[in-house]
This record gives sequence, structure tokens and C-alpha cells, in this order.
Amino acid sequence: MALIMPAADKAVMGERAALVAELGRLLPADAVISAASALGPYECDALTAYVQRPLAVVLPRTTAEVSAVLALCHRRKVKVVPRGAGTSLSGGALPLEDGIVLSLARFNRILDIDLANRCLTAQPGVTNLALTKAVEADGFFYAPDPSSQIACTIGGNVAENSGGVHCLKYGLTTHNLLGLEMVLIDGTVIRLGGGKALDGPGYDLLGVITGSEGLLGVVTEVTVRLTPKPQGIGALLAGFDTVEAAGAAVGAIIGAGIVPGGIEMMDSLAINAAEDFCHPGYPREAAALLIVELDGPAGEVEAQMDEVAALLNAAGARSLRRTRDDAERLGFWAGRKSAFPAVGRISPDYLCMDGTIPRARLSEILTKIAELSAHYGLRCANVFHAGDGNLHPLILYDANIPGELDKAEAFGADILRACVAVGGVLTGEHGVGIEKRDLMGEMFDETDLAVQQRLKCAFDPAGLLNPGKVFPVLHRCAELGRLHVSGGKLRFPELPRF
Amino acid sequence: MERFQPTSAERLAGVIERAHAAGTRLHLVGGGTKAGFGHPVVADAVLDLSAFSGIERYEPAEQVITLGPATPLATVQAALAEEGQRLAFDPPDIGPVFGEAPGLGTVGGAIAANLSGPGRPRAGAARDHLLGVEAVTGRGEIFKAGGRVVKNVTGYDLPKLMAGSFGTLAAMTRLTLRVAGRAPATVTAALLDLDPAAAGRLMQRISGSALEPLAIAYLPAEVAVRTRHPLAAAAVLVRFDGPSVALDERLADLQTLVGDIAPVEAIDGPDSDETWVAIRDIAGLLPDGARALWRLSVPPAAGCSLAADLATSIPGLRWFADWAGGRLWLAVPPLADAGAAIIRPRVQALGGHATLVRAPAAIKAQVPAFEPPPAGLAALEARIRAAFDPAGILNPGILGSGISGPN
Repeated sequence: MALIMPAADKAVMGERAALVAELGRLLPADAVISAASALGPYECDALTAYVQRPLAVVLPRTTAEVSAVLALCHRRKVKVVPRGAGTSLSGGALPLEDGIVLSLARFNRILDIDLANRCLTAQPGVTNLALTKAVEADGFFYAPDPSSQIACTIGGNVAENSGGVHCLKYGLTTHNLLGLEMVLIDGTVIRLGGGKALDGPGYDLLGVITGSEGLLGVVTEVTVRLTPKPQGIGALLAGFDTVEAAGAAVGAIIGAGIVPGGIEMMDSLAINAAEDFCHPGYPREAAALLIVELDGPAGEVEAQMDEVAALLNAAGARSLRRTRDDAERLGFWAGRKSAFPAVGRISPDYLCMDGTIPRARLSEILTKIAELSAHYGLRCANVFHAGDGNLHPLILYDANIPGELDKAEAFGADILRACVAVGGVLTGEHGVGIEKRDLMGEMFDETDLAVQQRLKCAFDPAGLLNPGKVFPVLHRCAELGRLHVSGGKLRFPELPRF
Repeated sequence: MERFQPTSAERLAGVIERAHAAGTRLHLVGGGTKAGFGHPVVADAVLDLSAFSGIERYEPAEQVITLGPATPLATVQAALAEEGQRLAFDPPDIGPVFGEAPGLGTVGGAIAANLSGPGRPRAGAARDHLLGVEAVTGRGEIFKAGGRVVKNVTGYDLPKLMAGSFGTLAAMTRLTLRVAGRAPATVTAALLDLDPAAAGRLMQRISGSALEPLAIAYLPAEVAVRTRHPLAAAAVLVRFDGPSVALDERLADLQTLVGDIAPVEAIDGPDSDETWVAIRDIAGLLPDGARALWRLSVPPAAGCSLAADLATSIPGLRWFADWAGGRLWLAVPPLADAGAAIIRPRVQALGGHATLVRAPAAIKAQVPAFEPPPAGLAALEARIRAAFDPAGILNPGILGSGISGPN
């Protein structure tokens, strides 16, 4: 992919030394990194195919410091790329040559735990897992659980609207937030949402910020909802001869009004890679495997385990196991949770895709992926959040073979186009970033994108926050204001004039 | 007043494009049941959106439905019920609050006002169920955002921005909603004769337990009688759903949790459903047209004690708590400011906010219906409004001074 980032502002680059000096006056000495040798760790995120050294990295500790840095960048017209733990798979934290990286790594404290109101307030650099760790002894957890939860931060989760394997029942990040504190590009500090109350006043800007990929502001505080740990939990593991049969089983479970904690599917290549990697006892001969996890009040889980087992059998499961204890349940998950490293072992490199489709179109998309795999001569292992139609095809390639990365990216783009063609979307939980930026036109027309970019202008009129991400073409805000779909000609001349 | 009733998104775009050019202010009307919500719209013409009605595509297996925003809620609910499904955000039938007949509200109205019922804490708000939207901006451009699947982070989440924007950003022409399965059985547990303080504490214990209640509300005695729930006494009501074999165990677990504070009495069948419809539709505080009606969002643990405190300051106050105390409804006897000077500071002190849902016009002219935002946020909201509707022609005035936009 010939990824074109916005042209670097030579004037800003020429004044790098002055910028670093000014940042140094705003922040403690250890909070500004400008030595070339120390910038290395920040030159990419988890989409490692793309690297770029920024002008400098700042590591503020307080909201006031973030506000001062942003106000300075606003005044000097310096671009800013916010960064959490750098686990983005879509290049959301890729630095810019003429911009700084604003790392939230030092915003690492939990500020308030309020069990009576079932909420927790944390700084954005706290890891996702640390939220749950802080309250699990009291019988609560923070529900969204992206597979990078040991490393990824709640601030990054807000930026990407992260999901995880349990969002079928418990929702995505956006469904589990109560409030935010954030800083606008001009340094203004605002609070969004309802604090500890549901449904804040005014426009739902909390909802807009969630998943906005660092383009609208810098989040400095997050209040999340806590969920009581379920009383009972059990899982079923079923192997199927065909992907169609497994897909039909998923439809039957959801159609019965059951809301499992999660339903995961793996295809043959993923099953065997996982089995080779950590021996979870998956059926190697199966074309597709389902893990269905049920949680809730103990009696309800018991009843639903029976019902789901019957539905899986009726859908033609060739093998079926159900957990008797928690150790066994964690064993079921071991293979799924290690699917990425397992695939990493059978291929030097892989690209992880992230489309979502209507559930009923699953086998159609898998057939298409198999065709594309043959066409490009690259293998593809498939793991899915099957309950919500979120696919993670892993395209296997070798970056040392000239041209293979380009081929893998073209393959990935074709998969995402196929997702959109059947009524799905480009990204379910990883974000657009740079990775899917140039595919936005597959889902949205020029007007759709102009409306979104005008919203960006309301937050960041100079386009300084994370430019080059999400939108394929950058427009100046003044230009967007003039853009008019009908080119100035009024439609329907017979309509009355005011 | 001139009235436009466009029959297609293209024609609607044509009407708005002209209004934008001429600065003609438009009052957007769907079912017309919420004209009393917010502040009066100051308009030159009525934009009747009733033609954007009907179910376009319902896929029960995918649990999504695409429809016109003017589709009556009753129509949608009937279609979903045939497939054993429902709208999990359970929007209230709010027309009767404003003296309209029941059953006339539309889906678009519920979305535009972000109205959610007792299931909101667990199932999410109206805004959480809007997956995709097609609408016309205040410039007369047709745009779409979101999609037809739940898991979607492609572009900004504009459906959330549309929900609760009261028609001030765009005129919606097509909505895609997530729908949910209906559990095989449901039951309501009543814990009787609790005072507000005890009820407040108990509701937090139940909410923090692993019992997964579908809804929790508290009705003081007077409102319990007016709500006509079968037990007609002050009560914490807890709704459960699930496989019928598991519900008895839930009631027993609840009794274990509650201990000897109160015996658990079960309300089942139609009585259970009707009780929650009455809570959802605020029936216990209606009709009572002379009273002002407030809706409060507060931290749940503070709800009941706040209400009891307000009841001592405002004699004759009627109230009840939904969302385990996080949502309070107040019916205030006639007062010059509808009680705003007493209510708003106490709610703000808790970090919550208060909406004056219904009051005589003379009071709404003095008291903002929506909580006024701080300056920085107000400026941002005005810029967002201008990004969608630069001439300020869509429902101007409805949000009062809260989000005034360019005019």
C-alpha cells in the first residue's frame, strides 16, 4: 500500500529546537524526549509495518500540563499524535514527521472506586486489566476485555471503542462509560457524560468521542461502569464438519433469545495452529469450532447450558464438550486466546483484519476469503467473534519476500470490500487508523465523509490532532464549509421558494 | 403557518436546501406527541416528516430493523412481538405527559429525545440501540452514518450524536435499530413498606449483586397507589427475566440477599408487565396537569435520599425512582419557578443534572428545560450545531439557552 501521509510542514520542522525548548519550560525535564536515540520506542504502534520518528515525545502527568502542551501546539501549529500503550492494530498512534507524540503513559492512577454507585474513575494510562484487578476482590469487573487487555489502556480503549470476547452480552467500551474529562486542542478542559449518573445532558459528545481515534481531543480522565461478577459460568466447545453448520448453530442460539457472554469461532487452520501451540484439546479434523460461554445466575446458566447443547447437536455438531469446572473452561479459551501467537509461529508475519458482517452472511464471506487466498497465494486463518459477526482473518505472509506485504494488504483490502458488499463494515473494533483509511470510500460517499470532517472541524479547526488517520482526503475546514453536494443548483425547481 | 410534507429524502433535501438559503426556520414534526418537550420552537414553517414511516427491512435473525422515523412505536413493537423480539431500551409512551392521547409516539421521536425506560441501566439507552442513520443536514445534504451491525467503529459514531439532539442537527429519514430477544419468562419481586432511605440502600445492594435484575424501581406509597400496581404500598420492585425454571431460584436468592428487611412477594403474569409499563410511562404522576414534571439523572446511591430531602423542602412533592435510584421523576405542585431554585443546586452538588420536562409556558420562559452547560462546553456544542446547520434553521429554540447555535 502506498500510504501517503500529510505533507510535512517544513516551517514547523525548522523550528524544532525552539519547540523543544518551549515544551521544556512547560514540563519537567524528564517529560520531554527529543534525543533521536530515545524516540525509537515511539516510532510505531502494533501495526509495525509503518514507522516514523516524531519531532519529540512529551509525557505529561497532569491535566494542566496536557492543556499547556496542547495550547502551545495550537499556537505554533504543531501536529499532535496522542498515544496510550501503543497497541493499536490500525496505526492510530503512528507519529508524524512534523508532529509530537503526546503519551498518556504517566496518567497511570486509579482516582476513585465507588462501589455503591458501581463505577470507577481512572486516568487514561491505566491498563484495561488493572481496572478489573482493582475491584475483583469486591465482586466486580470492568466488562470490555480486548485480547490486549494486559497492555492496552482505558484511554486507548476510549479512542478505539474497544470490544473483546464478551461484548455480545456486556457491550463495547461506549456502553460502559459514564463520563470523561478531556482537553481540546486550544487547551480548554471539558467534562462529558453524566459523571456517576447515566445519560449526561446536552449532545451525546461522550458517545462521539468514544471511537474517535484521537482526532477530537485528549482524554485525561475516564469514569467507567463496573459490573457484578456473574454467579455462574460455563462453556461449551463444539466441532462442525462445515462452516455453514457452525454459522447456523450461532443463529439458532441467538434466535432462541439466549445472550451468551461470548460466542467464538475458529476455522481449520486456526484450530490446528492453536492445537500445535498449546494443545487445548480442540478437534483437529473439524472445519469449524465454536466456543459458547454462558454466564449469569447459576440456575439460569445451568438451564441455558442444556438448551445450547441441544441446539448445537441439532445443528449437526460432530463433537461436543461442556465444562465441569473453571479449569476446564479456561482450557477451552487457552487456544482461542493464543490464536495470534499460534499463527505467528507458523508464519513469519501476519496481518490481522477486523471486518464485521451480518451473521447470516458468514459462510459466503468465508468462501470469498478462500477464493482470495488462492488468488493471492497467501494462507489465511480465521478467528471470529461469531455472536456479533466480527471477523479477524489473519493473513500469513513473509515481509522478507519482496512484494508480499503489498500482496497481503491487497488481500486484506479485498476482504474488507467483501464485508461492506454483504452489508457489513470495514472495522468492528480495531479502528480505521491509517490501515483502513483509504477504504473509507467503500462505505461512505463524499457527503458522508464531509459531514464527519465538519464535526472534526468543530473540535479542531486547524486539523492538528492526529491528521492523516481515518479520512482518506484531508480538507481544510473552510473548504468543507463551502462544499455543497448539488453544486449550487437547487433541486426540484417545482418546490415553492421561501 | 406554511407546512411542507416531503415524500422522499431527495425532496426533503430540496426543502431544507431552500430554507437554508433563505434562512427559513423549520419546526420538525413526526408524530407530534412531544411538542411540549424542551422549549417552544421559533419557526416560520412546519416540516412534517410523517411520510418517513414504515418498516423497510426487518431481519429477526440479525436482530436489526430498518424503518422510517415516523413509524409509530406501537407498530414496531407489534411487529417485533410477532417474532418474539422487542426494543430493549423500552421507550416510554410520553405523549400523555403532554396531554396527548396514548399510543401515538414514533420511533424517531424516542430517538430524537433519547428516551429510555426502566431497562436502561442494563440494556442501554435509546442511543445505544441506534446502529445506523440516514438524515438531511441543515444545508440540505443527504448523509448516512453507522451501519447495520452492532460492532462498528468505522468513522465517528454520528448515530449517538443524532440521538438526543431534538432535531437540531439534521432531519432523520431512516433508522437502523438493534432489537433484542424476549426472554421466555419474567417475574417481579416486590419488597413492601420500605422508607426511601432503606429502599435506596437496598436497591444498591441488589444492583451490585450477581442477580442480574432487568429493572429496579422504588415507588413511595402515594405514587404506588396511583401507579395501580397490585400491592398498592411503598415498594422496591425488582424485575427478573430468563428461563422460567430459573426464576424461582432468583426470587429465593433475592430473599437471601434481603434477609429479614422485607419478605419477597412475587408479582407475575400480566400484572408484572403492566406494573413496568406504568413505571415506564410515569403513570403514577399523571395526569395532574397543574404540576411541573422534572426528570433527574443522579448517581444511583444518592437518588432516594435526594428525593426524600426535596420532599421536605417542597411540600406536596410526588416522586418515584427508576434505574435503582439513578433516575428520579418529580411532580411539583405549582411554584413560581417549578422548584428549580431548590432542585437544580442539590442535583448539581451530586454531579447530576435535572430536566424540566413539563411546565406552564410562563415558567419555561424563565427556567431552562435543559441543564445549561459550562462555557467551554457550550461553545463546543454551538460549533457542532453550526457544523450541521450553519443557518440555525432546524428546530431553533427547542433546546433553550442550552444549545442556542448561531441564532
